[in-house]
Amino acid sequence: MKKQDPFPPRAFVTLFRWFCHPRIVDYIEGDLLEVYYKRVNESGKRKADLGFLIDVLLLFRPGIIRPKGRFQNLNNKSMFKSYFKIGWRTLLKNKGYSFINIGGLALGMTVAMLIGLWMHDELTFDSSHPNHDRIAQVMHLHSANGDITTTGSHPVILGDELRNNYGSDFKYVVHARWTDPHTLTYGDKMFQHTGNYFDPQIADMLSLKMIHGSRDGLKNMNSILLSASVAKIYFGDEDPIGKTMRLDDHADVQVTGVYNDIAANSTFNDLKFIMSWELFMSQNTWINEMPDPWGSNICQTFVQIADHNDIQQVSEKIGDVMIKNVSESGKRYNPLVILHPMDKWHLYSTFKNGVNTGGQIENVWLFGISGVFVLLLACINFMNLSTAQSEKRAKEVGIRKSIGSAQRQLIIQFFTESVMVSVFAFLLAFLTVALLLPDFNEIASKLITVPLSQPIFWLACLGFSVVTGLIAGLYPAVFLSSFQPVKVLKGTFMTRPHGALPRKVLVVVQFTISITLIIGTMVVYKQIQFAQNRPVGYSRDGLVSLELNWERKKHFEAIRRELQNDGTIIEMAQSGSPATEAWVTNAAFDWEGKDPTQTVSFPNNAVNHEYGKAIGWEIKEGRDFSRDFASDSSAFILNEAAVKFIGLEDPIGKTIRWKRKPFTVIGVVKDLIVQSPYTSVQPSLFHISTNNINVALIRTNPKVNTQDALAKIESIFKKYNPTSPFNAAFVDAEYDRKFSNEKRIGKLALLFAVIAVAISCLGLFGLVSFVAERRTKEIGIRKVMGASIANLWQMLSREFVILVVVSCLISIPLAYYSLNRWLQAYDYRTNIPWWIFATSCIGSLMITVITVSFRAIKAAMLNPVKSLRSE
Amino acid sequence: MKKYQLGEFEELVIMTIGILNNQAYGVSIQQEMGSRLGRAISMGAIHAALTRMEDKGYLRSYPGESTPDRVGRPKRFFEITALGKKAITYSKTTRDEFWNAIPKTVFQTKLSH
Repeated sequence: MKKQDPFPPRAFVTLFRWFCHPRIVDYIEGDLLEVYYKRVNESGKRKADLGFLIDVLLLFRPGIIRPKGRFQNLNNKSMFKSYFKIGWRTLLKNKGYSFINIGGLALGMTVAMLIGLWMHDELTFDSSHPNHDRIAQVMHLHSANGDITTTGSHPVILGDELRNNYGSDFKYVVHARWTDPHTLTYGDKMFQHTGNYFDPQIADMLSLKMIHGSRDGLKNMNSILLSASVAKIYFGDEDPIGKTMRLDDHADVQVTGVYNDIAANSTFNDLKFIMSWELFMSQNTWINEMPDPWGSNICQTFVQIADHNDIQQVSEKIGDVMIKNVSESGKRYNPLVILHPMDKWHLYSTFKNGVNTGGQIENVWLFGISGVFVLLLACINFMNLSTAQSEKRAKEVGIRKSIGSAQRQLIIQFFTESVMVSVFAFLLAFLTVALLLPDFNEIASKLITVPLSQPIFWLACLGFSVVTGLIAGLYPAVFLSSFQPVKVLKGTFMTRPHGALPRKVLVVVQFTISITLIIGTMVVYKQIQFAQNRPVGYSRDGLVSLELNWERKKHFEAIRRELQNDGTIIEMAQSGSPATEAWVTNAAFDWEGKDPTQTVSFPNNAVNHEYGKAIGWEIKEGRDFSRDFASDSSAFILNEAAVKFIGLEDPIGKTIRWKRKPFTVIGVVKDLIVQSPYTSVQPSLFHISTNNINVALIRTNPKVNTQDALAKIESIFKKYNPTSPFNAAFVDAEYDRKFSNEKRIGKLALLFAVIAVAISCLGLFGLVSFVAERRTKEIGIRKVMGASIANLWQMLSREFVILVVVSCLISIPLAYYSLNRWLQAYDYRTNIPWWIFATSCIGSLMITVITVSFRAIKAAMLNPVKSLRSE
Repeated sequence: MKKYQLGEFEELVIMTIGILNNQAYGVSIQQEMGSRLGRAISMGAIHAALTRMEDKGYLRSYPGESTPDRVGRPKRFFEITALGKKAITYSKTTRDEFWNAIPKTVFQTKLSH
């Protein structure tokens, strides 16, 4: 017969195959084709095609049509039942490997799930406010000396201007101060909570859920809205509405509303109570009396744009609102007003030269990638162990194939097994996550819960475990199912040397990731250590800082004398800012030889004469402030950075003018680290002043126990100022808080590194066990021939040690490159010394050798009689 | 006809299988019936009948060799089971009884018209 050139149109054949009962489809198709070719020979292709179609259509009748689903299901169900049964038996048969697989995968999944929950929390930040996509913060850029800084603090009048002249673009324009601690007193209950002053529309803007009262509560100047948690502290189950509380010892306010606490993942989560903006203005009448209302930055401004508007467009529209209004000197800074949308507040908070460059989003990606890598490590374990065991299962595959199993069915079988493993691992991981979440929340300083009630969460979990199972099972399924039955069953089947290559590559990948993480952790910790050990220019030990109110200021000298006399303290001084922050920054400095176009802005701290003695700074040149010189009231002490910045050769006795008033430089001190310990020190000045004093700095006597000293200080302060709470802070603790972000990264990196190493070692252990088991006979024979335990141990370990060495060589440049980039973000940064690489590599080699030896020595010590007799 | 369910068309098919004796499969049945009845029988009708009768247990099928003119698809041969034989025998006897019961005069009357 000639080759069938003509063939009935594919569509008809497909149609027929689709509706026909699968049991008889082949026979009837054969009949159809036979008739078709006969017709082709008799009357040509066209007529034959038509006849074929008619035949096919006439076959569309009961008895021939495929039964609805029943036939297929019946077969598949039993097949899947068999897949599960075989999968379960395989798991039970190799308990050790199953344990390593499930355990490793569970570990990886735990990390991935925790990171997933964390990322979800970060990415949905602020979205609990229904208007989040219409809310924005007003920011303005101002240029000085070629640098553009972006700030959220504005003149009060900016908000008024937006409200009056751009009213149609905004739904709400709200003034706000910053969320700061304030003292609230009701009866004998006196506590500090964080709260803020707002215009009344804030309640609508943030869609506060009111429990008592209404959102209009803030309309009255002397009113306050409390969060539910704060209301509970003061009033318990009582109805708080209408109660009068004392605020910061200077105003009485009436509770007009209680709102549900704002969600933890909101920028406003620390807003525990809301006071009226009117109250703030009435207490600071000078703001309205300023000669240049555009000259001072006093408040923040939040807006909600009108419903039909686009934040970007409004932002462009209001860009020139400041430059139009500021004074001539202000125009030099070229202020440009922009809107920073709420959806970007948390993740994109960094501005560099006026451009929004990112921020927290980088950490979100960093951790997201680490999570994927850790999970990948666990999947690699699974792949490695499955392919390593391939020889054992090769016979099974061969027999299944010769009985008639299709490759597709084998692939499904192996996928079933891997998905089973991943589902078990998922259940284990789920329990672990539930157990670890509280600790994790503490490290990450979050309030994450498992969203058990959301179906989308369960769907994600299901999808996650199935996808993980599929990824983990992909390679073994394709590899194992491709065996040729003839080769496998004849017994000549051997995994050739190159068969182990992918396995080796995977081990190298695993260890490269682990070693990189180890190096990363060490560098992060070194950077923290480096910054912590940075000379701060003063002594932090036993230094206590305390806020001053007018009453304490009035009795300052009396308190100081009393404490000094009984030996509790050495010195107590006044300062404008705490030792760890710079609250006051001034411009309008001038000196001889200053470039007139240059604009400067220095931290300029108001202190009293004892300041230097209290904090213990180091005088490099000149002298400290002294009460013996009356002229010290117009004198500056500079830090070294300021001397360098101004370019003074011999600074002592030189004159610097501030607001046109001449000040004499009397001394130079070593740089004090006041702001971030990672940035270079800003040029700073100190002057004597009794205004702008906010803080007392107290140097306790080192001979007195700090706890006793603190108690004593508290009692004396209470004596003179009984109504205010005593909130003393240790400066070293405050300083330590500057490291919390880096410490968190360090802790998480450490956690990842440990887990990565654990997973990799688990995988390695599995591989060694497998190799040792496969070579039991060889080891027995070698022993009989006289090999020592040391020889055998070396033989089994060498392969793995080489792989880890290769990983070291790959990870060193990788780690160096990425960590160098990370460090670039810090002005004050450590170098990456060679010993970090050496320690990490030697460390991981040692861990490898220990892991391998654990199994290798056991195999080497086996009695050859036993190992050779088996079978 | 309570005892054996056998339709008229089915009866013809099962007898054709008997005629073809070991060579009965879809196409040969179609041709044999077509030439004896003098009209084209559709493939669908035949296969439906075959499937139905196999389900009833009158027929048994076994796969045959595959040939090039069928592009590799196997033939499906049919043979009559013992039950099938009983069924056509029963059908024939019933028919004969009916036939014999018709008085001869019926035909004569008809002829006289």
